[in-house]
Amino acid sequence: MSAMTLDPLSDPILERRQKIQEIAQASVGRRKAYSKIFIVVCWVFLALAVVPLIAVIVYTFAKGIAAWTPDFFTQVTKPEGIPNGGVWNAIVGTFVIGLIATLVTVPLGLLVGLGLAQFEGKLAGVVRFAADVMTGVPSILIGIFGYIALVTRFGYSGLAGAFAIGLIMLPIMIRAGETAIRGVPPQLQEAGIALGARKFIVTRRVVLPAALPGIITGSLLAVARGIGETAPLLLTIFGTQFFNSNPTKPMEALPLVIYNYSSQPYSDLVQIAWGAALLLMMAVLVLNIGSRVLAGFLQRERQ
Amino acid sequence: MSVVGIPQQDGGSRRGRTSPRFSLPDGWYRVLLVASAAVFAALVIWFLVAIAIKAQPAFSTLGFSWIVQKTWNPNLQQFGLLPFILGTLETTAIAMFLAVPIGLGAAIALAYLVPHRVRLVLGTAVELLAAVPSVVYGLWGVVALAPLFRQYVEPFLSSAFGWTGLFNGPNLGVGLILAGTILFIMVLPTMVAVSRDVLATVPTEQVEGALAVGATRGQVLRKVVIPGARTGLLGAFTLATGRALGETVAVALVIGNSNYIAHSLKSPAATLPSLLINNFGEASGTELSALFGAGLVLLVIGLTVNSIARILVRRAEGSELGSASVLVP
Repeated sequence: MSAMTLDPLSDPILERRQKIQEIAQASVGRRKAYSKIFIVVCWVFLALAVVPLIAVIVYTFAKGIAAWTPDFFTQVTKPEGIPNGGVWNAIVGTFVIGLIATLVTVPLGLLVGLGLAQFEGKLAGVVRFAADVMTGVPSILIGIFGYIALVTRFGYSGLAGAFAIGLIMLPIMIRAGETAIRGVPPQLQEAGIALGARKFIVTRRVVLPAALPGIITGSLLAVARGIGETAPLLLTIFGTQFFNSNPTKPMEALPLVIYNYSSQPYSDLVQIAWGAALLLMMAVLVLNIGSRVLAGFLQRERQ
Repeated sequence: MSVVGIPQQDGGSRRGRTSPRFSLPDGWYRVLLVASAAVFAALVIWFLVAIAIKAQPAFSTLGFSWIVQKTWNPNLQQFGLLPFILGTLETTAIAMFLAVPIGLGAAIALAYLVPHRVRLVLGTAVELLAAVPSVVYGLWGVVALAPLFRQYVEPFLSSAFGWTGLFNGPNLGVGLILAGTILFIMVLPTMVAVSRDVLATVPTEQVEGALAVGATRGQVLRKVVIPGARTGLLGAFTLATGRALGETVAVALVIGNSNYIAHSLKSPAATLPSLLINNFGEASGTELSALFGAGLVLLVIGLTVNSIARILVRRAEGSELGSASVLVP
């Protein structure tokens, strides 16, 4: 009798409890181990994702900075074998094409975005979906469209390039504009309308100023996306080795220089491609970072 | 209220007196907005119709079977698209094979594991990387990565996985595997940024509830967070797939551009976009129509994939409007 109660090992209840605890312990240990493994794998994948991306940037910077000589910025592109080539004509081309595309796309995209934000209905739904899908359409197809629409009639020109680039920027601008305008508290609009102002005045005086940070961010992001596109330009502006600031003629552009020079066997041309890549990458990153900084600044200014 | 109160007061009264106020009646304002939307809609329709019309002669002279024929030889009037369709699918498959696990793991780490301050910096960096022009990735691929692949990666793959028969043939550097890898690196930022946003929408209550009943962190992530964000993750994958399918210049630079069906992952190949970019300049006659036809095939694939992606992402974000994911191209 005493043996049964004093010896804990022979108590069936205690024995079961101990067994349960052992199993639970093992389960917790196992689950913790699996959890650790899972989390470590996630960390490793994060590292795997970040390393090549950093490698691209560092590599471009290291290779590109060597190409940034005075000639690089002041001379036009020259055929292989002729030294001291630059990308001045490509810089001008990218600037002119980007400017034209921006001047048309930003107001038009903003108006469509306003319409999507202020009027509901089937049409708005269709337009919104079309804009979303158009942002993902392969850019080469936009280039083919630019070729069909303009090049077959008027020949290769900077304007055809601006048309194609604008068509890539437009859906981005539309959706960014809509998002920015929807971010304006509806009470502001309602207050304006309650004061008897027309919708147009309310939009111009109340909604657009309030949505300005978002609109600027969206525009800069659209521009950054537009000037980096290569495939549409290859089919529309053709490229030229001469300086040309007239957008009705074939033009050169930075992405074209990179593409055309990158598979050349001449090391000085590849060098120029790296310089152009660094320049283009810096322009895109500055636009991106600038848009964030500017948006944050405007937001703070308001408060 | 303070948001617009001040600019409206000084701007409104001063400008109001000096210049005549430009205004539009509500009706005309509405007309202006509808007209701009109509311009956009017309451009989209023109885009779709123009490519279809230009592709039509190819279908009327060659029928429909040319799309799946094996030989592309313009001199013999043979315009089979099969090598390019396969090339597109193979490069995309390689890219997604790498991007799905790595992108998902990185997104989970970014959304739940990384300390808060690092998260902001790293998140912004990833979004910035999505903006690096594709031609820069292409240049990096052909100059920096191709020699590495020729000397190290491809010999290693051949010796380690040669028994699968997927890695026969010489080590060239350029080819399917390099194109797939470049695409993987290019779609990664999109994938991580969208997945992270979607993962962050899983309700905190569900996460805390699971932790409260004794689930480990790994269990919460695997059994609560990932299933909860399933639709949106699928949308992110599809979005990345769409990007990989349509990428042109980076692929054209690193794939080696061969018009034959690849027999090994190391072989040079071509995709629909790289076919277009390489041949468009010199083509004429039936070849040009066939290229427009290839464009139409690419358009159908691209529209389908993107529509699916957008519907999934919208459903996951719980609103018909979508959200910031549009800003991550």
